[in-house]
Amino acid sequence: MSRCSHISKLIGGAALALCAAAAFAAPGTMEGVEKQPVNVAAIAMFCVFVLSTLGITYWAANKTKSTADFYTAGGGITGFQNGLAIAGDYMSAATLLGLSSLIYAKGFDGFIYTISFFVGWPIILFLMAERLRNLGKFTFADIASYRLDQGKIRTFAAFGSLTVVCFYLIVQMVGAGQLIQLLFGLEYNYAVVVVGLLMMVYVTFGGMVATTWVQIIKAVLLLGGGTLLMLLAFSQFGFSFEKLFATAVSVHKDGAKIMGPGSLLSNPVSAVSLSLGLLFGTAGLPHIMMRFFTVPNAKEARKSVFYATGFIGFFFLVVAVLGISAVVIVGQDPQFFVDGKVGGKIIGGGNMPVMHLAKAVGGDIFLGFLSAVAFATILAVVSGLALAGASAISHDIYARVIKKGQADAISEMRMSKIASVGIGLVAIAVGILFKDQNIAFLVALTFGVAASVNFPVLILSMYWKGLTTRGALWGGIAGLASAVGLVVLSPAVWVKVLGYKEAIFPYDHPALFSMSAAFIVTWLISVTDRSTQAAKEAEAFEEQYIRAQTGLGAAAASAH
Amino acid sequence: MSSSTVQQRIRQHPKFAELVARRTRFALVLSLFVLVPYYSFMMVVAFNPALLHQTMGEGVMTVAWPLGALLVIGSWLLTGVYIRRANGEFDELNQQVLKEATR
Repeated sequence: MSRCSHISKLIGGAALALCAAAAFAAPGTMEGVEKQPVNVAAIAMFCVFVLSTLGITYWAANKTKSTADFYTAGGGITGFQNGLAIAGDYMSAATLLGLSSLIYAKGFDGFIYTISFFVGWPIILFLMAERLRNLGKFTFADIASYRLDQGKIRTFAAFGSLTVVCFYLIVQMVGAGQLIQLLFGLEYNYAVVVVGLLMMVYVTFGGMVATTWVQIIKAVLLLGGGTLLMLLAFSQFGFSFEKLFATAVSVHKDGAKIMGPGSLLSNPVSAVSLSLGLLFGTAGLPHIMMRFFTVPNAKEARKSVFYATGFIGFFFLVVAVLGISAVVIVGQDPQFFVDGKVGGKIIGGGNMPVMHLAKAVGGDIFLGFLSAVAFATILAVVSGLALAGASAISHDIYARVIKKGQADAISEMRMSKIASVGIGLVAIAVGILFKDQNIAFLVALTFGVAASVNFPVLILSMYWKGLTTRGALWGGIAGLASAVGLVVLSPAVWVKVLGYKEAIFPYDHPALFSMSAAFIVTWLISVTDRSTQAAKEAEAFEEQYIRAQTGLGAAAASAH
Repeated sequence: MSSSTVQQRIRQHPKFAELVARRTRFALVLSLFVLVPYYSFMMVVAFNPALLHQTMGEGVMTVAWPLGALLVIGSWLLTGVYIRRANGEFDELNQQVLKEATR
């Protein structure tokens, strides 16, 4: 009992501190140029979200007793719930704002991006979902190191996870700070601290149970809010696609060009590299893979991808309609442009069309609601990332590598909480550190590393008997070095960050080259590996194969 | 009964070979159903964008947008096709193999 009241005090205290932070932020808004006035409706609605999710965290804290509860909610999430949570993990604020603004600016080119973000999901279902569930326990390193050297491969896989988590956290935290400053009129640093603290509370106390429910609530809010916005906007065109697109073409500066592919993906190498990165990068994101271990069995794992794919696909189509509607509704309204100059700079920057659309069709209350949803979205995504990072530290590095599997549950649990708090602090620090930095390249880096480091070792360990420790290690290093190296030499870093005139590597996405490098090196080193260890690893494939196919011996759901 | 004998029985079970062969083939075929149209689409985007700029009928609507939407909806429907068979037929086969091997 004393533990519960302790937690409730902490959570209650956190809630108070956060609402106080929001209130204090008001005076600061006078100085900023780009900042909006304090949005009372948005803050009120966000506080409701925070209080209810903290309530859930309190409930979840009482259910989080074992490490299995912490990492995977004891495997007790249903396929439908997990499908919503996966969709929530994937539908970040960047998806809503970034994809809709890309369609607003570029028309069909933006839609190609949207489609490329989507098609990885069916492939994950067909080739990976059931094997992931049958082989994994808590982290993707469980699978990568299933029959390979625990020390080397698990450490490397955990390192791969942490790298991806870290890059993605920077993207999310900086995005959070800017967005919240803009929408809520909350100081950038306050916003970053609020996100970091809430994330720590959710993850540290509520583990996977709380993180999943935060994600589910947010996914429902985002799907509902997005659909409502789409209906409101679309009704202005009498729900006629022809009328919507005809008006958009007549007012867009590119005219009929927005109706088909333009210049954005005209280079086939660049198009293929981008799509490989998005497709297989998705399959290498640790916070997404971890979701497959939260369901009781392979059957539910498959179902969750079916639901997730449906929600994500639906949402992406909604986003496309939003982007085109914004061309007409936002693009012609002087109130959304700096100094009222239609066609000039959009107030709040290029990512804002969908937010302005909310205001145009639903007024301030609806804008407030959507702002609160955007905030909630960021919060949910960073929580998932933090949990994935904490699992890599406490389960892979601490319990398996350092303690060699001999760690007792209490100390592992303690380590997981220390890691969660640590990641929260790191997230706040990088959020503040990278403020005003050009971080566009980090998205390419996140997906590049996920596709070139995490994905090859994962897929080969499940499908290829010949994979050896040595091959996986060198292949992983080749993937990592080439992904990072090529991004540094790409226009996004070489030209835009370092200021050189011409990029050495002309493409923004490295996946075509870095993934190939990883696979070729892994193959080459594995087939030439004649060590006795390599022979043993090949022998162990059979047991792994039978488990992957049938689920024999797979981690079961813990009783609740 | 030790787990290695169960393993052995599963491996020698004729239904196991059948299950793996059928499920693997099905998953590969469906993956191709997603990847071939998607990459064909991307290649048209890169090499012959004019093809996608063709309008349908009188209005401004081009073939590009409905085709794009079809890629999304179609690949989702394929996930439905997969889980219908995997969670039904294949899972039953899987349970049979497990039951007979652990008996």
